[in-house]
Amino acid sequence: MENIKLAEENKMGEQEMRQVYAEAITKLIEEGEPVMAMDADLMRAIGLLSYQKDYPDNIIDCGIAEANMMGVAAGLSAEGFVPFPHSFAVFSSRRSMDQVFMSGAYAKLNIKVVGSDPGICAGLNGGTHQAFEDVAVMRCIPNITIVEPTDGAMVRDLTIQAAKTYGMFYIRMNRGKAETIYEEGSSFEIGKAVKLREGQDATVIAAGREVIEAVRAAELLKEEGIHIRVLDMFTLKPLDKEAVIAAAKETGAIVTAENHNVIGGLGSAVAEILAENCPVPVERVGVQDEFGEVGPADWLKERFHLTADDIVRKVRTVKSRKGMEG
Amino acid sequence: MSAEKEKELKSFAADIRIGCMKQLGALGIGHVGGVMSICDLMACLYGGVMKIDPANPKWEQRDRFIMSKGHAGPAMYAALALKGYFDPEELKTLNQPGTRLPSHTDRNRTPGVDMTTGSLGQGFSSGLGIALGCKRKKLDSYVYILLGDGECQEGQVWECAMFAPAKKLFNVIAFLDYNQLQIDGTVEEVSGVQEFGEKFRAFGWQVVDVTDGNEVSQIMAAIDEAKADKEHPSMIILHTEKGKGCFFAEGVFNHNIPVTKEQAGQAIAELEAYKAAL
Repeated sequence: MENIKLAEENKMGEQEMRQVYAEAITKLIEEGEPVMAMDADLMRAIGLLSYQKDYPDNIIDCGIAEANMMGVAAGLSAEGFVPFPHSFAVFSSRRSMDQVFMSGAYAKLNIKVVGSDPGICAGLNGGTHQAFEDVAVMRCIPNITIVEPTDGAMVRDLTIQAAKTYGMFYIRMNRGKAETIYEEGSSFEIGKAVKLREGQDATVIAAGREVIEAVRAAELLKEEGIHIRVLDMFTLKPLDKEAVIAAAKETGAIVTAENHNVIGGLGSAVAEILAENCPVPVERVGVQDEFGEVGPADWLKERFHLTADDIVRKVRTVKSRKGMEG
Repeated sequence: MSAEKEKELKSFAADIRIGCMKQLGALGIGHVGGVMSICDLMACLYGGVMKIDPANPKWEQRDRFIMSKGHAGPAMYAALALKGYFDPEELKTLNQPGTRLPSHTDRNRTPGVDMTTGSLGQGFSSGLGIALGCKRKKLDSYVYILLGDGECQEGQVWECAMFAPAKKLFNVIAFLDYNQLQIDGTVEEVSGVQEFGEKFRAFGWQVVDVTDGNEVSQIMAAIDEAKADKEHPSMIILHTEKGKGCFFAEGVFNHNIPVTKEQAGQAIAELEAYKAAL
């Protein structure tokens, strides 16, 4: 935690996450890292198109052919490069799963798969583009690291760390602006959750855009005398098992919150650990096994019950179950 | 090519077939058809075309070979063993627990294997990635990629067909093992890739047609022709016979079939006799 500084105020970040990502990528290239930013005709969407003329050897548009892009990434990795193939999360995961799995992970290569606009962040692109299953499919790949950066400061740090850490990564990232949780310059330990709030009544374990909802839920609950711990579980794999077990032992009840199907994602991962190590009541905020649908993200947040109020309700429920079971 | 070199390559091809029979005979089953059809190509690549150093499999300046039809691994293993990448005795361990010679080629297990393949179509893309990497590193290495004809039913192959010319990957020489058979029937009946050459030409490739893809002199001439063209990636179509050079596999269903010790022994004896008569 010593390298992490929490923002005093959770105001909207000044930069879009994609701008931060593009800056981090170009900084790595400038520093001589053998990074290859790859895309399937969404270079404009991820903010790298304007940099392509300056770094033509390191920024490659593969066209609308995600399967080939992942395979080319594998070949580049075999030659010592560090590819960052990007597409929307639906295409980076679902559409090119077998290529990521076999040409990348099974071959023990070093690819940083980037999936942007997961879940409700895809908003007006609608149900076809809302990945509520990408973490679930990626989580089954042995040894992959899955991270979901919470804000701009974390995007910058994790992009750089991913480039310098050998192995398969899936980086699940919103492209737009996010509320600031951390001060710029913070550095995170992959695989270690960040404790954002302390409390004894329950723990909310959140990831991605749900972290800010969890922080707001903590404030709302405080008004009614309920004090919760909030963990930012930005590493979805390997999950911080110690932090999960400690939260169960010390607060006795867990709520998970994710912009993903409750099947296969953070909620599942946490429940698996608790079932084997320290069973306590669990409630899961997330998409309840449904497809996405078109609409603005703020509306979708209500539609799929991903708001701070939804977290508050689940905390009340889980708290009421404490000590009732067993 | 001199008569002496041609004889040497034919003999090497027979030795590769013998190596395949030793592997499949020891195992009792295998992809006889698609392994035997490419032994002549393996002989050409490993017997003279490719710039390699068996003592240093990861030599940076080497030419790369990707077996995109990964199930033909045994043909590659036989060639690698005969070139000294590992002891030919190891061929008997094909598919055995803990082996370095798995059913489909694996870059982490076998010295001399550049890429992991098995899910069809993928080796083509990873081969193009390797070609792009070599180009970025300004290496003058060639990247050779072998595709099956049934494999070309995979959509990913056609993504590759677009990508290589667009990225000017002129260091790529791909081969099609056009034996016209796949598991469920003829390639044409199942889902045709007819006029394959015309299709690749339309995508911007140089296409070289080899009427007898089991004839080393024709394969060598085609590779020379491919190399002479510096402005296109190349696709060499090898009209081959599935099961070629294996008496019990020629002309019958042979994709993945049992191989008895007696069959393997007889096939090896026939190949030895063929070599002696060269």
